[in-house]
Amino acid sequence: MSTIEVLEERCVGCELCIKACLYDAIEMREGIAVIKDNCTLCGACVDACKFDAIILREARREAVGVEDHRGVWIVAEQRDGDLAGVSLELLGKGRELADTLGVPLEAVLVGTGIDGLAADLIAHGADTVHVVDEPGLEHYLDEPYSNVVAEIIRRHHPEIVLTGATSIGRSLIPRVAVQIETGLTADCTGLEIDGEERLLLQTRPAFGGNIMATIVCPRHRPQMATVRHKVMRALEPDPAREGEIVAESVDPKLLESRTSFIEFVKDVTQAVNIAEADVIVSGGRGIGGPESFPMIEGLAEVLGGAVGASRAAVDAGWIPYSHQVGQTGKTVQPKLYVACGISGAVQHLVGMQSSKTIVAINKDPEAPIFKVATYGIVGDVHDVVPALTKRLARELS
Amino acid sequence: MDALLTEEQVMLKDLCAQIAREKVLPVRAHYDETGEFPWDIVKVMAASDIYGVYIPEEFGGFGGGVLEMCLATEELSKACGGIALAFAASALGAFPILLFGSDEQKKKYLTPIAAGEKLAAFALTEANAGSDAGAIETRAELDGDEYVLNGTKQWITNGGEAEIYTVFVRTGKSAGIRGISALVVEKDTPGFTFGKKEDKMGIRGSTTRELVFQDCRVPRANLLGREGSGFIIAMKTFDISRPGVAAQAVGIAQGALDEAVTYARQREQFGQPIASFQGIQFMLADMATQVEAARALVHRAARVVDSGEKNIAKISSMAKLYASDVAMRVTTDAVQILGGYGYMKEYPVEKMMRDAKITQIYEGTNQIQRVVIASSVIKESAAAEKRRS
Amino acid sequence: MRIVVLIKQVPDTTEVRIDRETNTLVREGVPSIINPFDTYAIEEALRIREASGEATVTVMSMGPPQVEDSLREALALGVDEAVLLSDRAFAGSDTWSTSYTLAAGIRKLPGYDVILCGKQAIDGDTAQVGPGVARLLGIPQVTYVRKLSIEDGGVATAERMMEDGYDVIRAPLPALFTVVKEINEPRLPSLKGKMKAKKAEIAVWGFDDLELDGDEIGLDGSPTRVVRIFAPEPRECGEVFEGETDETVEALARALVPILKGEAA
Repeated sequence: MSTIEVLEERCVGCELCIKACLYDAIEMREGIAVIKDNCTLCGACVDACKFDAIILREARREAVGVEDHRGVWIVAEQRDGDLAGVSLELLGKGRELADTLGVPLEAVLVGTGIDGLAADLIAHGADTVHVVDEPGLEHYLDEPYSNVVAEIIRRHHPEIVLTGATSIGRSLIPRVAVQIETGLTADCTGLEIDGEERLLLQTRPAFGGNIMATIVCPRHRPQMATVRHKVMRALEPDPAREGEIVAESVDPKLLESRTSFIEFVKDVTQAVNIAEADVIVSGGRGIGGPESFPMIEGLAEVLGGAVGASRAAVDAGWIPYSHQVGQTGKTVQPKLYVACGISGAVQHLVGMQSSKTIVAINKDPEAPIFKVATYGIVGDVHDVVPALTKRLARELS
Repeated sequence: MDALLTEEQVMLKDLCAQIAREKVLPVRAHYDETGEFPWDIVKVMAASDIYGVYIPEEFGGFGGGVLEMCLATEELSKACGGIALAFAASALGAFPILLFGSDEQKKKYLTPIAAGEKLAAFALTEANAGSDAGAIETRAELDGDEYVLNGTKQWITNGGEAEIYTVFVRTGKSAGIRGISALVVEKDTPGFTFGKKEDKMGIRGSTTRELVFQDCRVPRANLLGREGSGFIIAMKTFDISRPGVAAQAVGIAQGALDEAVTYARQREQFGQPIASFQGIQFMLADMATQVEAARALVHRAARVVDSGEKNIAKISSMAKLYASDVAMRVTTDAVQILGGYGYMKEYPVEKMMRDAKITQIYEGTNQIQRVVIASSVIKESAAAEKRRS
Repeated sequence: MRIVVLIKQVPDTTEVRIDRETNTLVREGVPSIINPFDTYAIEEALRIREASGEATVTVMSMGPPQVEDSLREALALGVDEAVLLSDRAFAGSDTWSTSYTLAAGIRKLPGYDVILCGKQAIDGDTAQVGPGVARLLGIPQVTYVRKLSIEDGGVATAERMMEDGYDVIRAPLPALFTVVKEINEPRLPSLKGKMKAKKAEIAVWGFDDLELDGDEIGLDGSPTRVVRIFAPEPRECGEVFEGETDETVEALARALVPILKGEAA
């Protein structure tokens, strides 16, 4: 069993370890750091201690069969005959990883009547596409899809498997990872190869985005990771690119499903799904009332974006919850986020601080939102927003 | 202060604070503007067992006393003094039954009140009878096994929303305070209707209506105590309910103080937060001290009542008098500290100032409170002298 | 019918800050709470129990002894019983080991029909444990559920949220569901509930109480390891324009147009 220990003779009582502990698991007793019951062995204190006074002894275990696993794979996602954009983006990143490792880049695609899609995956960088095209797979169902993907991975033993962190991906891949007994890291924002050990370094936000963690999966294969839409970049498609399409057949038993698909109901209220939008214009308490949302919509329209809202606006009943951005709403990463009359409480920032460019418009120069904004205007939203809309409409029409 | 509270009292206080923060705070501005009755908050409080805190366990209550009622009222009032009345005014309507009801009456009425299924209301005031409660004119003539009510009550909190009304009426032949009785009248009794909803300066999250009785027949069994004991019932009720009004005032004041302190720390003028100016600091110090003193007096009064003491009129009145005056002062100062922003409806303190005013008026105006206190003080002095001689 | 709710105690991440000078997390005074998404799972379990008239709601969590506080909060909301899986050996678990241990805990219960979880925990944000537990127990799963009805005959109908709408899925019980906030409005605790919760007995199961392979639990059983924790790049404080509206709007427009034109594809 792994253990953690404070070497009392080295501890000087500087308390740097306490500051570094994410779980409040260290306390000082008589000037020496003591590690409590709720320690999770994450090792943050070991890194923080300048005096090497904390030792984390890990029980080393043998890695099994790591050598046999080769290749970088993408589990591509399709719905109703369309490939998910994130799958193409992952091929872009996958290509880079595969080239670094000197291995092929392959994709697995599951569905019914999905012939045409494999070529698109090849055009975007895949060397081989493994297709499972069987009846009964028109709609995503957890059991058949995870059985099939697990089987194909077992059959070909890649060393890395990447998938989009979509609704489907986040339901499918955790089940697959457990099925093939390997590690999975969700919502990665960074993927690199540690040259020496051919390990995939998976970096992701944690604690609501307040910290970043780099994770590895040293003894199990494949190393699995999910990535969100618009984090990686797809390659320019090359229709002339050559690759192999392999039709994989599977035991019909794997296609059985205890759950059944009844129907899909489209959400007609949202013209643009804010989680997918490239531009979002959000209104907060500072816009004053529901009658000001048309003004927000006007700017969103000119910018070709969606309308978002802070929790305050939603709670006040000015706009439906589906527009809420923030910790208890949606997390968004648009290229441009315009916050109007939003103060920038942490709960809201957590939902949008990864946006590429942030613009804040607020009459209070002390509003916290200005600390994260790329550009800001101190002023009354009711003056600024219509003026900005008009000015940009001229440029962008 | 928490050191003096039991674990259960702290639990109650924290739960009410959670309700105030998560449920009342987001909607207080809405109810202040529309004047609608906050039924959704009533449901939340009922589900959390708040309505029964002062009601004995045998009727499904929590078995607490006036202190528990005050703890709940203060926490709710920190978020909104008006919405808090959906709880506190129901307590006022229930107290006469609690103090003077027969076992059957207590079981019949206190059980649904404790569960939050039915709200109660206290109906004494009339157009010509405010401070002069003995001048009420609503009559209840005995006819066989029923009383026939005729008359109008004015400015009744929870009027129209409550289902159980403790109504003070004139019975028999005696004039003045000796001729007053207390009857429990349920909503939807034929002959019992409501007048218009009043449009108030403050506590707009609570509903105030006229009650109209026209040949309204009420069973004799609904009489609380004996005929003629109504005035005593009302006064004894006020003795235990005044700490509740005081707690509402303390809550309103605390809410305003918190807003003022936060604002003073953030608002910068002349290159620094205004909280660094002694003028503001002295105001905040005085406000905080007064709120603390008011709270201490409220808790003392509540404990005295809960201890079973007989002579509680003076301490109850003192708590109500002092806390309501503090609430008016502190909320006014809070508006002053927020300056121009304090005057705007966008910020919550102007509402708190409007809400505070009523606490100096209802359940006995502060002038009446002074009459009660002075009378008590003088009597005690005379009695003490007599004992010494 | 037994409904099992899996909950996690997490630090309130909205209160967590990075100290820019030391580049470390400031955790002092940050309260521990029930993972917000799990409160929706608890509420859904209570509603199912109320609708069915006869069901037991068991809440289960894996963690150090202090997690008992969260289990008591759940009891105060009205769940019938609480189980804590706690042992030094479980420390350092990643999502695999956590799923593995929770599955073992569930297997020790006298049967189960519905397992509910919040869609993800706000500290790890992985959303992996729900599906992991389902797979280990060998039961069907439906994730991102915004509406759930349990019907007679051991069948459930769930609405699973997708990016642009929702799928309607039918699942036979026993099954596991992860829920999203759209599913309900969680109730607040009641006084009676809090009093009951104070006195309630919470079962604590350690390594010896469960059927576990020591190689699969805790840090040693975790396929993934955190090798580094660091503060994210601080966003640079950008340009703030003050002054007359037409001037500030002009300045902002000039800054934005290249961005908008460059990205518009």
